[in-house]
Amino acid sequence: MPAKCKVRRDLLLIFILLLAAGATLCLTLLFRLPGDWVVVEVDGEEWGRYALDKGASIHIETEAGGYNVLEIADGCASVIEASCPDKLCVHQHRISHSDETIVCLPNRVVVSVVSGRE
Amino acid sequence: MKQKTQTTALLGLCTAAAMILSYVESFIPSITPGLKIGLPNVVIVFVLYRLGWPAAAAVSLVRVGLTSILFGNVMSLAYGFAGAVLSLLVMTLLRRAHFFSVVGVSVAGGVSHNAAQIVVAAAVMRTTQIVYYLPILIIGGTLAGILIGLAGGMLISRLPESIIAKWQ
Ligand SMILES: [Zn+2]
Repeated sequence: MPAKCKVRRDLLLIFILLLAAGATLCLTLLFRLPGDWVVVEVDGEEWGRYALDKGASIHIETEAGGYNVLEIADGCASVIEASCPDKLCVHQHRISHSDETIVCLPNRVVVSVVSGRE
Repeated sequence: MKQKTQTTALLGLCTAAAMILSYVESFIPSITPGLKIGLPNVVIVFVLYRLGWPAAAAVSLVRVGLTSILFGNVMSLAYGFAGAVLSLLVMTLLRRAHFFSVVGVSVAGGVSHNAAQIVVAAAVMRTTQIVYYLPILIIGGTLAGILIGLAGGMLISRLPESIIAKWQ
């Protein structure tokens, strides 16, 4: 197989992957709804649900002994403190639109925004 | 016997190099869980092309195991293992197919590595919410795969055959 052909296929693969992922990303950004609730899940179970328009500071405790501090302010939710070693959840962006999510893998905590009145 | 010992030594050397790269990478901050360049993959790609998939599998799995024991935990072992196994499988098959160059093979490896980690994370956290990370991880895996493929390709072409011939 000539090397030139392979490089052309490489570029095609890269193009397809970036296009598919980029288009999905743009569509989710375009069609996202402003969120109404912040849902906290621990270990796959709903742990709590809070209104996004009311400021609050919530101490999430997991059975394994870890914790995450969720802050809701100005219609945005963020994790401001956590017991996990990697602190990735703390570094993630504030979320305010439907289906935006902050995860803490070590503590198995998922914070996501939903819209609607449910 | 002598040849076997030399191959083992070479694989040990490659594993050590991969572990150093894991360590170096742990200092590069990550914004999203799972978004990494995957520096150790340069070594894996090199071993895959020069010594074949069983050698690459050995280096990759020992690397994941030892790195998790030294710097991680049981969960990082599960994520690392899933990513390593799937990406190696995909890269081995694509290399055999002679369809892509090193860059294409490494891109497919990077993307499948991230996809495997998403699946494990979704299973562990028992949530599907996590799939919303997939587009960003595909973009990350593709860009990282390009870098790794270019670097790995350079290693493969610049390190003379004689080094490995001498070793084996
Ligand atoms: Zn965390």
